[in-house]
Amino acid sequence: MRNDLDILQQWIKPESRVLDLGCGSGELLERMTREKKVTAYGIEIDPENITRCVEKRVNVIEQDLDEGLKNFDDGSFDTVVMSQTLQAVRYPHLVLDEMLRVGRECVVSFPNFGYWRCRVYLGMRGHMPVSKFLPYTWYDTPNIHFCTIDDFEDFCREKNIRIINRRYVTAGRDDDVLSVRWPNMLAEMAIYRLTR
Amino acid sequence: MPLRPFAALPQDSVGIVIPQQIDFPEPVLLSSGRALPVRIVYETYGTLNAARNNAVLICHALSGHHHAAGYHSASDDKPGWWDTYIGPGKPIDTNRFFVVSLNNIGGCNGSTGPASINPETGKAWGPDFPKLRVRDWVKTQAMLMDALGIGVWAAVIGGSLGGMQAMRWCVDYPDRLRHCVAIASAMKLSAQNIAFNEIARQAITSDPDFHDGRYLDHNTSPRKGLAIARMVGHVTYLSSDAMGQKFGRDLRSGTFEPGNDAKVEFQVGSYLRYQGESFSDRFDANTYLLMTQALDYFDLAREFNDNPASAFAKTSSRFMVISFTTDWRFSPERSREIANALIRAGKSVSYAEIDSEYGHDAFLIPIERYQKVLSAYMRSIDIGA
Repeated sequence: MRNDLDILQQWIKPESRVLDLGCGSGELLERMTREKKVTAYGIEIDPENITRCVEKRVNVIEQDLDEGLKNFDDGSFDTVVMSQTLQAVRYPHLVLDEMLRVGRECVVSFPNFGYWRCRVYLGMRGHMPVSKFLPYTWYDTPNIHFCTIDDFEDFCREKNIRIINRRYVTAGRDDDVLSVRWPNMLAEMAIYRLTR
Repeated sequence: MPLRPFAALPQDSVGIVIPQQIDFPEPVLLSSGRALPVRIVYETYGTLNAARNNAVLICHALSGHHHAAGYHSASDDKPGWWDTYIGPGKPIDTNRFFVVSLNNIGGCNGSTGPASINPETGKAWGPDFPKLRVRDWVKTQAMLMDALGIGVWAAVIGGSLGGMQAMRWCVDYPDRLRHCVAIASAMKLSAQNIAFNEIARQAITSDPDFHDGRYLDHNTSPRKGLAIARMVGHVTYLSSDAMGQKFGRDLRSGTFEPGNDAKVEFQVGSYLRYQGESFSDRFDANTYLLMTQALDYFDLAREFNDNPASAFAKTSSRFMVISFTTDWRFSPERSREIANALIRAGKSVSYAEIDSEYGHDAFLIPIERYQKVLSAYMRSIDIGA
């Protein structure tokens, strides 16, 4: 099954400098380091995840994304990656600002809350969606800032963020005919490649 | 005295260890320009493998010494100062690593120091002992390394002042270590830190028994001054919360009842005095002056236009940097500076900030998350099969 990591990995240049925000247990870092020979650092806040990164011999820095990236210089990374974390930060717009300052390019993936299954869950059943993909209950979830693909497109337009590429993943398949035609309804997850 | 049966030593202990010593035939040229005949006392735990790539150096902090793990005899009631982290199955696993721990020169536990005899005078060196810098310790550690037949350390590990030595290794001998672990450390001390050390030194030198550092010639020692120096230091190594929890405002004697003018003594005061006095029993005042000065003088980036990323430019080792939330003497901010400099230099580094209530002393204390992350890092070090 394909996931967003397969896709965003394609946008990473070999031997470049990469910063991975919310790197989790270091899966992407490990792959990028092995396959692309990048100099990569992950930012993570969860102690268990940090230990797993250390075990995998990938670089991990304990840091709270909500406190910004002020310890990183402007343009000091070729790519700043954030996989499935945008919806979990306190101020997504500030984190994106910081990503675009520190990285020459940014790659962001997030779950699309406009996906038809989410709409059915909320619209027909009247409940916040809980699925294999979004397994949390409303009261105990790291995901505090859901958005739809259209929301994100509007946001990039307002903030003058240039979209270099966009890809959609649904049920583990990327860019199938339907989700490309009507992503806001038919894509489960979106992956954007951005720059200023 | 009843001997503790050997079986009573904990299973995960390195067991009974015997300190060893080495005398170097040639005097060592120090950073001060002076030459010093050097004896180093050290201990080793575990076994050097055939590839000689599993050796780990432990660098001690201000008041540390070579006895980091295990027991000196079956009746020893206390193990070495870092026993909770060094041993079979422990984070620095002696089943995998050959661990070397020494007493730095200038110390007072057997290596050449101010209490040693100056061969030129036949008396203790005292205040005539050469001033030392962290680089002198690293240089003499490298001499020990050569004598033990070790070409490259798998890792150099240190907490506090020990972390400064580990970082100095990366600058002075970039090809002779593969991993550097700096715990609760800093690339240089803050003014506040130097100030605390100055109070400690003033307490020692103003003791009437100090005799300009020649107290051994007078068969005495500045016990009171050294005790006060240790008391100041000790307070700064703890957090306010930890002291609050341990002592609160509990009284050891006396009362605040009206109509009673018995002397009131707080538990915390009595504890501190005990710490100071027992330190005076085992430590040399001139060593304390020397060590705190080396600590103050250390500034990793001084010779690199104050740019720490340049200081690390030549190193080829990977780094693990660890700090503790309530450590205000070597605060997490200082450790973040180390990590940031390494990131800027494009070096491999991981950084963990351990939630702990124990202040600076946390680096010596068993803390679950600290043990886990240090274990994970040490396991990630490749020593072959």
